[in-house]
Amino acid sequence: MSTIPEINYLNHPKGIKSWLMTLDHKRIGVLYLASILTAFLLGGIFAIMIRLELLTPGRDIMGPQTYNQVFTLHGAIMIFLFIIPGIPVALGNFVLPLMLGAKDVAFPRLNLASWYIYIAGALVALYAIFAGSVDTGWTFYTPYSTSTGGAVVAMTLAVFILGFSSIFTGLNFVVTIHKLRAPGMTWFKMPLFIWSVYATAIIQIMATPVLGITLILLALERIVGIGIFDPAMGGDPVLFQHFFWFYSHPAVYIMILPAMGVISELIPVFSHKKIFGYRAIAYSSFGIAFISFLVWGHHMFISGQSQLASMIFSFLTFLVAIPSGVKVFNWIATMYKGSIWLQTPMLYAFSFLFLFTIGGLTGLFLGTLATDVHLTDTYFVVAHFHYVMMGGTVMAFLGGLHYWWPKMFGRMYSIKWSRIGTALIFLGFNVTFLAQFVLGAKGMPRRYYTYLDQYRPLNFYSSVGSWILALGFIITAIYLIHSLRKGKPAGNNPWGGLTLEWTTTSPPPTENFKEPPILTHGPYDFDKIDVKPTA
Amino acid sequence: MSHSENHPAYLAHHFNDPAQQRDASKLGMWIFIMTEILLFGGLFLAYTVFRTLNPDMFYNAHKHLDLTLGTINTIVLITSSVTMALAIRSMQVGRKTQTLIFLFSTLALAAVFLVIKYFEYSHKFHLGQLPGRFYTYTGIEGTNPHIFFSIYFTMTGLHAVHIIGGMTVISMMVVRTFKNHFSAEYYTPLELTGLYWHLVDLIWIYLFPLLYLIG
Amino acid sequence: MANRAHAHSEHITPLRIYLTVGLALFVLTALTVMISKIHLGPWNAIVALGIASLKGLLVALFFMNLLYDKKIYMIIVSVALVVLAILIALTMADILRRGDVNDYEAGPIRREARIYDPNTGLPLKQGHAEPPAANATRDTTAVIHQPEARDTLNKSIKPEVVDPGTTGKEPD
Repeated sequence: MSTIPEINYLNHPKGIKSWLMTLDHKRIGVLYLASILTAFLLGGIFAIMIRLELLTPGRDIMGPQTYNQVFTLHGAIMIFLFIIPGIPVALGNFVLPLMLGAKDVAFPRLNLASWYIYIAGALVALYAIFAGSVDTGWTFYTPYSTSTGGAVVAMTLAVFILGFSSIFTGLNFVVTIHKLRAPGMTWFKMPLFIWSVYATAIIQIMATPVLGITLILLALERIVGIGIFDPAMGGDPVLFQHFFWFYSHPAVYIMILPAMGVISELIPVFSHKKIFGYRAIAYSSFGIAFISFLVWGHHMFISGQSQLASMIFSFLTFLVAIPSGVKVFNWIATMYKGSIWLQTPMLYAFSFLFLFTIGGLTGLFLGTLATDVHLTDTYFVVAHFHYVMMGGTVMAFLGGLHYWWPKMFGRMYSIKWSRIGTALIFLGFNVTFLAQFVLGAKGMPRRYYTYLDQYRPLNFYSSVGSWILALGFIITAIYLIHSLRKGKPAGNNPWGGLTLEWTTTSPPPTENFKEPPILTHGPYDFDKIDVKPTA
Repeated sequence: MSHSENHPAYLAHHFNDPAQQRDASKLGMWIFIMTEILLFGGLFLAYTVFRTLNPDMFYNAHKHLDLTLGTINTIVLITSSVTMALAIRSMQVGRKTQTLIFLFSTLALAAVFLVIKYFEYSHKFHLGQLPGRFYTYTGIEGTNPHIFFSIYFTMTGLHAVHIIGGMTVISMMVVRTFKNHFSAEYYTPLELTGLYWHLVDLIWIYLFPLLYLIG
Repeated sequence: MANRAHAHSEHITPLRIYLTVGLALFVLTALTVMISKIHLGPWNAIVALGIASLKGLLVALFFMNLLYDKKIYMIIVSVALVVLAILIALTMADILRRGDVNDYEAGPIRREARIYDPNTGLPLKQGHAEPPAANATRDTTAVIHQPEARDTLNKSIKPEVVDPGTTGKEPD
């Protein structure tokens, strides 16, 4: 029977000030976790409002102007405050140094600064919501964004600030991975989660500055009227889209790569089997990161982009499916002849495999010029990206959260209720978004306040699905929070994992390891070592 | 808290030795430089787009920039890079006073750069050669001459912001050098400041021909 | 005490190298200003950027110590420059070819359609259907004029010349 260590990073040192001035990556991870889950709640409320409005055509609970603001804020909050920071800050911050056998990240003060910058950005975004709000869509396309009223500059400032948080986190992780690995941990002995987080960090470092300059130019356009996006002044509104999507496409790989890294951790452990194709999965992370910079124009096929550029981008877009496919096949090969343990993290991993594959495959329709003409800016796109972002990243995030929760807080949650939560989330998600593929294929445009009568039934199902989804999340929140006080002590290694974080106590001490860890085996050597899960 | 030979005061607790800490810091700084390259790179994209679309207007408009002042500024910034490099070298050989002299020289040259830029800007304000909708000058042939000045002010403006940031950090280094934070064994913050400053110089090395030397 | 810390090989660049590089940068600056006064057409831009790149290389290799430091720093800069090159190249693939019209697809455009040059506002010669021959009786007869100048993407596809015929049926 395990017990929670008397002194661990959570209860020692004590006091609010010790938390707000902490340099401990684990505490910063917990601060971030609370922050992004709050953002998820806010973004989720906006989502429920959207689906309530779309329950029937015409006005349900709000007018069209408000509706435009609500979907803009849903997108902006979910993307910039939840999913882009997402797994790296909430799970990565906690787990990365532990997995490497390090005492902390390379720049602990920068890490804390990253969190404060995140909070600052969030507060400016909150201010923008109340100071006139934004109705441009999260993509801020010109010329509407440069000419409309509302708090566009405030919101772009918020996103600009958040960009720094992202860059600093990426920088910190890259240096940590290069310099602070435990003795004996060569590059190819690192857990695959680290490889994904590294690839993610590269994207954060190189793409985010371009977003920064885009937002500066947008603000200058609004304030000073520099005119580079205004056709009347010789500018080009499509140029804004190039600038914007050069960041925002790699950004979606910032969202998915860490999720794939989590899955690479879950599947070997819960199949009790060595990962198949370690190097292939490691290299594919970099393949995805590199190709992600080559395809941004596939968001602009109907914007008036030159045909040559469209063709180039479409071709390059197909390429990115290759490394993604490599990962999926390797994960499945890992499970083959494995000893599958259907714990909640594994249920989420299965959800990921199924839903991400659907999301990825539907991306092919959108990457193909001829079909994209019909499907773009319809609900097909909305369904596609929710399948990859939610069916992919959020499922992996939940899987990782349920996997590392006992390590982070020392307590196990109710297995029964976690299965119920998973089932409701999976069911609710599919009811909500499967219908939207059909809606899009039948021609319902996205970002529309109302719709034709023929789209009624599917919209109704989709809205009902959103309520099931919400219920699933509420139940998940309840049992997780409940476990913080009442959960059974988890012990060092409740899942029988072989990566370094499972060698220390749950929760770990502030200095991570009582003795500096010495690497004796690889992260997935289930064929060589048998580790029994602790009680 | 005592510090042994192996664990000097400047060594953070999560690093094993000074070399590891120094390498980590330098790696971090180079990654930051990477972000600056992409940040300014976006402006280089805007420049490329609009110069390609308006080649004649760009040629006509650029003639209204002061080539002499621009050249002087280039020399000034290059010299400041030399003094910055020499400041670091001085600390590498443990000469504190020399370090301070070179740091102050760098600051002085940076200030000269900004003063010259101020003169350039105020001349343009006076003539109405302003970005975007504030443009009122009538002496340039070609469609939309304000585009050139929008690009000019954005690029040199962002660069000037980085100069000011650099001067702030260099001033902080002056204070820390004075307080004996650095030595021949430990001068990493100086090194990182130097890297940043050289980057600022490097960006100007590209801005100068793009804006002032359109053939 | 100093020995342990100095056990690493921190390269100290000789003074003369710094001064020589500084001098070289001055000379290159003067050079580029002088060359800019000579009219070389498109070569002005290439030479100016070439000299700037040489100056930049000197700053990076000697002042920023890339020549003497670990190779990873050079790799970092190179990767950033490659990504920047991609940004500019692919965006220009759009900007430069924006007005391109694919002749085959443009065939069915109405006779009166005109394509205008965005810079001058004047009509472009290519990309619109010629007026039908005098003896044609139906609007849907489109004789596609193949331009000599700019390439299109589907040179190999020969557009059909539609015969109005007398059957009254719609051509394919």
